[in-house]
Amino acid sequence: MESLLNNLWATIIAGFVLTVILAVVIHAMA
Amino acid sequence: MDFLAQADFWRPFFRWLHVVAGIMWIGHLWYFNFTQTPTMPKIPTELRPAVVRYILPEALFWFRWGAMLTLILGLILAWLNGYLLDALKLGIGTHNGRVVAIGWGMWLGIIMWFNVWFIIWPNQKKVIGLTSATPDEVNAARRTAGLASRVNTMLSIPMSYAMIFAPHWYGGMTA
Repeated sequence: MESLLNNLWATIIAGFVLTVILAVVIHAMA
Repeated sequence: MDFLAQADFWRPFFRWLHVVAGIMWIGHLWYFNFTQTPTMPKIPTELRPAVVRYILPEALFWFRWGAMLTLILGLILAWLNGYLLDALKLGIGTHNGRVVAIGWGMWLGIIMWFNVWFIIWPNQKKVIGLTSATPDEVNAARRTAGLASRVNTMLSIPMSYAMIFAPHWYGGMTA
């Protein structure tokens, strides 16, 4: 986790991956 | 001036205030993560105190109070829109995709607000010298604040997705 957060671009990519997961969760719950 | 008595006026008005405060907050968050932190190692050592003593305290002021205002205005907005409690329950049982989406956005925003006020700011107070600390403690505080700030940068992406998607998702309106 720390090594991911040490790298700005890895952090941003992780943010987009989380967004895809969240979009699927929101659609499943809607 | 009849419009001032209309909820239809105050709902978008508070949405606008909430977004403006959010720009103040996330603008500074991204300034720290995209500009200041990556640039600090490139700044000659003798010039770094200018950033830490002059720019950082000012940026942290607008950053943390931007976060506070965004949260308060967001809660008022959700209350005016009538979905505050349903959204805090992630829209479970509402069958309304917009409430589900804004609920997730709200919880991500609340986690980020908590990080600002209870992790980043107490640690940054040591960095800028408002709280006395040994050089080792300052280094540890800088590291902790930096990691929490990176977590918030990561969360700002899904948070903004949920926040922006919620009011514009026509397929997600009450079934």
